Amino acid sequence: MKNKHNFIGRNLYDLDDYSADEIIAILEATSVMKEINERDYKKLPTLRGKTVCTLFMENSTRTRMSFELAVNRLSADLVSFQASISALSKGESLQDTICTLNAMGIDLYIIRHRFPGSPQLVHKYSEKPVMNAGDGRHAHPTQALLDIFSIWERLGTLKDLKITIVGDIAHSRVVRSNLIGMKKLGANVTVCGPKTLVPGFLPEIYGCKVEHDLETALKDADVIMGLRMQLERQNEGLLPSLDEYTKQYVLSKRTIQFAKKDALIMHPGPMNRGIEIMPEIADSQQSLVLAQVANGVAVRMALLFLFLGGK
Amino acid sequence: MKTKSIIMDETAIERSLKRIAHEIIEQNRGLENLYLVGIRSRGVPMAERIAEHLKSIENIEVPIGILDITLYRDDLSTIAHQPVIKGSKMDFDINKSNVILIDDVLYTGRTVRAAIDAVLDFGRPNKIQLCVLIDRGHRELPIKANYVGKNVPTSTEEIIKVCFEQTDGEESVKIVLRDED
Repeated sequence: MKNKHNFIGRNLYDLDDYSADEIIAILEATSVMKEINERDYKKLPTLRGKTVCTLFMENSTRTRMSFELAVNRLSADLVSFQASISALSKGESLQDTICTLNAMGIDLYIIRHRFPGSPQLVHKYSEKPVMNAGDGRHAHPTQALLDIFSIWERLGTLKDLKITIVGDIAHSRVVRSNLIGMKKLGANVTVCGPKTLVPGFLPEIYGCKVEHDLETALKDADVIMGLRMQLERQNEGLLPSLDEYTKQYVLSKRTIQFAKKDALIMHPGPMNRGIEIMPEIADSQQSLVLAQVANGVAVRMALLFLFLGGK
Repeated sequence: MKTKSIIMDETAIERSLKRIAHEIIEQNRGLENLYLVGIRSRGVPMAERIAEHLKSIENIEVPIGILDITLYRDDLSTIAHQPVIKGSKMDFDINKSNVILIDDVLYTGRTVRAAIDAVLDFGRPNKIQLCVLIDRGHRELPIKANYVGKNVPTSTEEIIKVCFEQTDGEESVKIVLRDED
């Protein structure tokens, strides 16, 4: 059967470029890749002869490893560009770097950079498909897709689910991409956190609800997602203290009782145990935290196949 | 697409599948350690049908696996439309087993090459055999079927269309002509 959606030659900057049907097609391809990852022999010949370059200009462990594992499992060649040990540190511009890499025959770029819009820049210089692995506070579409897949796989749909995201909403690119994707699939999303960390304009742009009280936010939730408190933001005066935050917003045995029984617990990681989420919740039966990590590899394999597996 | 001729009807297909079932039992001296693996999409209903015949002859349920060979194709970078991947399903350990690959039509042999690679990623069977309903010739690889329903000489302009009740709502094998456009 022919795919009615065409992903070949496209870029993944954020989920707003993709329709609900296209997102579902990505989730379905992810299910297939997940089966591959559960085999003893986890390797496919699908992308032999293709070359993928990962450009991580900002620290990352799980996203980079997840992408690189996905590239390897599909048998594409991988070049991993690290900003700190490259010619960039000798003053070479991003444009020259991309042109140099392009001359080596790269077929697809994966970039993480602290500046929003960097993936578009890489595409402009390379004219090759680019996947955004996180650009500043703007977007992190593959994380959103793996989050959405983790829910979809468990509950079969996102339609009419109540999903509550708790934490530092303001600085989170994960939230922005999730708000776009979850909304497209029909979920009702509530974001919750202290006023200093939840921008008031979100409902207008993303059609989500804003709550500052955890109990109200969690009421009847099917899915609860905690976010990492960015400890480095402590000095910006947005929180009286971390203890204060924990007192009001931590996901614990007590607070998750406000949600539906057996509500799914998610966290994109890395977790600050004891600050935004208690260990007993992070490690509970309801927790999808490790499933999210495993699903991340499958989602990225599906995307690489869809973007590169064709003319 | 214009139908040129109908080469098998319901009865003919049924007879062929039944004969193939007998041949499988005969050549393998029984059904021990044997698995049927249908190649998506029409190899799957065909495998189910053969399994039914095997059951009625020997009273043994032969497990059926499903193979999606898309990720193993050798022409992914040249085909215009990307195929949808649906996944494989092999709920048994194929190590040291006897696997019979099942597909509706054997043509260039490239699908079978991909299917053999796909099977080997699940383990190391003692033997892989091939069973097809129609062998239409024009091989591009050194591949030969162990069980054949019907040999049909064709020209490359023609398409063999196999229809099963489960997938197409009817039972037939037709030769159709490619649209001229």
